[in-house]
Amino acid sequence: MHRFANPARFMRLSAALLPWCAWSAALLIAVGLVLALFIAPADYQQGEAVRIMYVHVPAAWMASFVYAVMAAASGASLVWRHPLADIAARSAAPLGAGFTLVCLVAGSLWGEPMWGTWWVWDARLTSVLVLFFLYLGYIALVNAFDEPTRGSRAGAVLAVVGVVNLPIIKFSVDWWNTLHQPASVFRLGGPTIAPSMLWPLLIMAVGFMLLFFTLLLVRMRTALIAAKVRALQLLASDDTARPTPRARHATLDPAR
Amino acid sequence: MSFRCLVARDLRLAFRQGGDAAMVAAFFVLTVILFPFGVGPGPELLQRIAPGVVWVTALLAALLSLERLFLADYEDGSLEALALMKLPLEVQVVAKCLAHWLVTGLPLTLLAPLLALLLHLEAGGYVALVAGMALGTPTLSLIGAIGAALTLGARRGGVLLSLLVLPLYIPVLIFGVAACEAAAAGLAARPHLLLLAAFFALALALAPFAAAAGLRQALE
Repeated sequence: MHRFANPARFMRLSAALLPWCAWSAALLIAVGLVLALFIAPADYQQGEAVRIMYVHVPAAWMASFVYAVMAAASGASLVWRHPLADIAARSAAPLGAGFTLVCLVAGSLWGEPMWGTWWVWDARLTSVLVLFFLYLGYIALVNAFDEPTRGSRAGAVLAVVGVVNLPIIKFSVDWWNTLHQPASVFRLGGPTIAPSMLWPLLIMAVGFMLLFFTLLLVRMRTALIAAKVRALQLLASDDTARPTPRARHATLDPAR
Repeated sequence: MSFRCLVARDLRLAFRQGGDAAMVAAFFVLTVILFPFGVGPGPELLQRIAPGVVWVTALLAALLSLERLFLADYEDGSLEALALMKLPLEVQVVAKCLAHWLVTGLPLTLLAPLLALLLHLEAGGYVALVAGMALGTPTLSLIGAIGAALTLGARRGGVLLSLLVLPLYIPVLIFGVAACEAAAAGLAARPHLLLLAAFFALALALAPFAAAAGLRQALE
């Protein structure tokens, strides 16, 4: 793992990986959307409105998955002080918040025709809303300090503390009477959803995951480049402050 | 310095300052009193919302004083000295939370039945209200200590602290209100109170470690 701690190596690897991730994500999401919107069958009870599921459910899975990734990266940052872990966690947070928002909005749009209400305070919806606020709290915390490392460390502790919400989200439909339906895919005894609906769902889910990794790599690369730019700006201001010429050291070019 | 010394020190500082406990209690009373003005004095409505109003207002009142849990020590350098002591930082966090609870949580717990009376809470709900708050307010002190430690030195730390602590406190709020409402309706409050006790035990076991980690980062 520490082999990948070198930012230069990470930049090279991610540059190689990025096109593959991006194109497979685009392909899978396109295929998934075609399957979901046109080929998958309508539900016997819900009719065509069930097709919101193919956006809502993968977004919900990603919301929890991204938090788990963020918490794991935070744990790696706290335990091993892995240099890229902080950057990974900070980069993942807005993506997770975005997926959670998509999940909540799509679910709300689905709930109105199906349940007759835009929102209900049952355990599943409430715990996902809490997850959304945990993401926002994390983003606020890491940006609240003048020194970025202090922010990352504080955020890391918060991310690890908030992991307790993930099992609550997962099992909320089992532990409480909820309007939200119980698990149909990830359950003991296997999925209860029809295969003609399961396959588009899984394709969309994998597409969303590849989308997440694409965006995560882009954000991490951007963060590393921004750090270099800051360092170069400091170096440049240092140079202009000194009237005497000084030997130019090796630049911070990652390719060197 | 032992655990007892730390608690005594914090209590002495709080009483010398004087204002903190009184302000928290005053905020609690004033905010609860606002509700009859806001929703009308009809006893049925006030009775329905009494447990929720008392709990939420107690939560907000306790949040007011959380920011200063570690701030004074951090700013004058005592925190660095405390971190160097033989007593583990985690135990010191528990000591500070205990002192904080004695100064803010305990007065809130004792005032709650009086305010519930003003909101016409049914007779059966008072014991569950006090029991629930006696379990919930220490949990708030512990969870709040995590937030207070993480936001040391942050910009707009007070508001940020609220943003961090409130989502973590929602389960306690849910079960505290449920206990009071169940008892007021004549049902069993025991399951809810047992869950509140479980949250307290969990917070007592885990929150000191998170808060101490936050303190160590603040001191780096």
